Amino acid sequence: MPTHAYVPHAPGYVDNDGPKIVTSRFPHEDSFTMSRAEATGAYDGLRAALTKTPAEVHGDVREATVLGRGGAGFPAGVKWGFMPPGKFPYYLVVNGDESEPGTYKDRLLMERDPHQLIEGCLIACYALGLAQCFLYVRGEMALAQERIAVALNEAYAKGYVGKNILGTEFSVDITLTWGAGAYIVGEETALIESLEGNRGMPRLKPPYFPAAIGLYGQPTIVNNVETLANLPWLMNNGPAQYKTYGSEASPGTRVVAVSGHVQRPGVYEIEQGVTTFRDLFYGDNFCQGIREGHELKMFVPGGGSAPWFFPEQVDLPLEARDVGAAGSMLGSGAIIVMDETTDAVKAALRLVRFYARESCGKCTPCREGTTWEERVLQRILDGEGRPSDIDMLLDIADNISPGPYPNAADPSQGLEAIPFPPKQTTICPLGPSSVAPITSTVRRFRHEYEAKITKRDSIPVTSMAMERDS
Amino acid sequence: MARFDDKNLAIASEIISRYPRPKSALIPLLHLAQEQDGWVTDDAMRHIADLTGTTPAEVKGTGTFYEMFKFHPVGKYMVNVCTNLSCQLLGGEELLAHAESTLGVKAGGTTADGMFTLEDVECIAACTEAPCLQVNYRYRLRVTDDDFDSLIDDLRSGKVDDIPEHGTLGSVRQSIPVGMGAGIVAPEEAREAPAWLARNEVADDKAEGEA
Repeated sequence: MPTHAYVPHAPGYVDNDGPKIVTSRFPHEDSFTMSRAEATGAYDGLRAALTKTPAEVHGDVREATVLGRGGAGFPAGVKWGFMPPGKFPYYLVVNGDESEPGTYKDRLLMERDPHQLIEGCLIACYALGLAQCFLYVRGEMALAQERIAVALNEAYAKGYVGKNILGTEFSVDITLTWGAGAYIVGEETALIESLEGNRGMPRLKPPYFPAAIGLYGQPTIVNNVETLANLPWLMNNGPAQYKTYGSEASPGTRVVAVSGHVQRPGVYEIEQGVTTFRDLFYGDNFCQGIREGHELKMFVPGGGSAPWFFPEQVDLPLEARDVGAAGSMLGSGAIIVMDETTDAVKAALRLVRFYARESCGKCTPCREGTTWEERVLQRILDGEGRPSDIDMLLDIADNISPGPYPNAADPSQGLEAIPFPPKQTTICPLGPSSVAPITSTVRRFRHEYEAKITKRDSIPVTSMAMERDS
Repeated sequence: MARFDDKNLAIASEIISRYPRPKSALIPLLHLAQEQDGWVTDDAMRHIADLTGTTPAEVKGTGTFYEMFKFHPVGKYMVNVCTNLSCQLLGGEELLAHAESTLGVKAGGTTADGMFTLEDVECIAACTEAPCLQVNYRYRLRVTDDDFDSLIDDLRSGKVDDIPEHGTLGSVRQSIPVGMGAGIVAPEEAREAPAWLARNEVADDKAEGEA
C-alpha cells in the first residue's frame, strides 16, 4: 500500500503514514461495507464495552480526555456527566451537520466508515442509558446518508442495533435523520430544534448544555461525528493507550482538512498538540509546501469562524490551548491557506457573506450586523468605499462582539495576541464569527482597505460592478 | 399530483414511526414530498400537516428555513457551484461565471427547457478538491470549464447514471425490520431507567459499598 498518498476511492483523504485512530479503514476501497468492517474488528469495541458496567465505560471516556471534535473542544466525558440523574428518557443526537467553511472530515468519516460511527453511538448509548439515538446528517451529503442507511439496515439485521444487542439486555434504536441546508443547525440547540421539526434557531441560554434540557425537554447529549468515531478504538485499546498519542492536554488524533494554496491539499489524521502548522504546510507527508513560486500570506486555523493567523504563527502546534492563547481556535479542524496573491478584502468579504446568508435572524446584532458588514465590504471592494467605512466596520463588529476581539500577535506593529474566545451580544457564536475575517484583515492589512477606498481607479472591476454597468 | 401517493404514504408512515413525536418527521417528509414532485407543493404541505398533527403554516414555517426545499418548480438538475473561501481561492467564482455563460442563466435561474437550475452555494465540504460542485447533491471535484461543459452535455443526453432527478437524496432508506427494534415511544412512555442501566447501577453501588 503506498504511503503519503491520495487514496483514489476517498477523494481528498491523504494516507500520511501516521497513527490512525479513526481513519484506519479508509485505505480499503470497500471500507464502508459490513464485510470489510467485520473483517477489521468492527463492533469489537462494543463487545468490550458490554463486558463493563456503563459507569466504567463513561469512566474510560473521561479518563482518556476525549475532546469534542465539533468546534468547541469540550471534553466528552465531562459533557456526559452533566446529565441529571433519573430524569429519563435521555437522548443522543449525533451532529453530522458539518457545514463550517473549509471543514470536511465528518463527511468522509460517514461515507468511508459508517459502522465505526454506529459503533461509537452504541457505546455512548450503553454508557449513559440513552433511550434513542438520532444520527443527524447534513442534507447535502447524499452519499453519506446512503452509506449510513445501508450500514444501519445491516447492523439491525445482524443484531448490533435494536432489541437485545448482541444477546444482552442493552437495547437502543438509532434513527437516521437528515437536514435540509442550514449552517446554523450545527449549533447544538438549533440542531435539537430542527430535530423537533422546527426552524433551526438556537435556544436561549442558560441552560448552556442540552444535557439539562434538550430534545423534547429531556436530557440530551449532542456529540460530533468524529468524537463518537473515537470510541470503538478507545474501548478496544483503553485510555492509557489512547493517551500515548497527542499531547497531555489534547490526547489522541484529529482529522484536519487543509485547503487553499498548498501543493497537496488534503484531509489528514494528525496527532493533536504535536503536529505544528509548519509540519502540516511544509511537511513531506502532509501538504508539501505552499504552491509553487508563492509564499504564505495568512491562514484560517480552525474553520471560517476562527480569527486568522499569519506566518509568525506557523510554529504553533495544533493544540487547542496554545491556539486559543495565540488569538484563535482549532474549531472544526479546517485550515485554509492563502498565499500572497490573495486579496485580503475579497477573502474577508466571502466569509462575511457566508455569515450574512446563514444568520438565522433571531438576534438583532447578528441579523442586521452581518448583512451590514457584507454591504460595506462589497462597496469597498467595488471601489465605492468611504473613508469612514473601516471605522464603521469595526463599530458594527463591536455591536456583535463587544470589546477587544481575539486576534493574533503582530510584532511588526507591536500588537500582542488577544486570546480566544470573543464576547457576544447574541445567543450563539454565529454573529461573532462574522467579525473574525474583518478584524483579522483590518488589523493586519489596513493598507489594502485604504488603497481600495482612496484609489478607486486602480481597482479591478468586479463581476458585480460589470453587471450593474451593462 | 401533490399529496403523497400510496407508495409514499406508506414510506411516510414508516418515517413517522421512527420518531418519538410525529412533528420530528417534518423535515424528512418535506424531502419525501420534494422527491415525489421535484419541489414542495402546497398540497404536499397540507398532507404533511395532517400526517404529523401540525398545521400547514407550521410545515411551511419550518420548511422555508431550509435552503434545500424549493417552493416553486426547479430544474431536473440543481447545479450547485461552491464559491466559499476554499473554492474561491482556486477559481470557484470563475467556474460559476463559466456555468452562467454555458447555461445562459444567472445563479438562481432555471434554463428555459427546465433541465437545469444553477445556484451559487456555500461550502459543500469538499474543500481540498476545489473548485467543486454538486448536481442534485452528487459531487464533481476539481472541475475545469471543460469538465463543466461535458457534464452538462452528458446530463442533457442522459449519459449520467449516478445522478437521480432533483428531490431524491439517498437511493437507500433506513428500514427497521419488524421485531428487531428496541421500541420507539414518546418520552412520556419512557420514564423508567433502561434495564441494563438500572441493573448496573445497583451493581456499581454495591461495589462502592464493598470498597
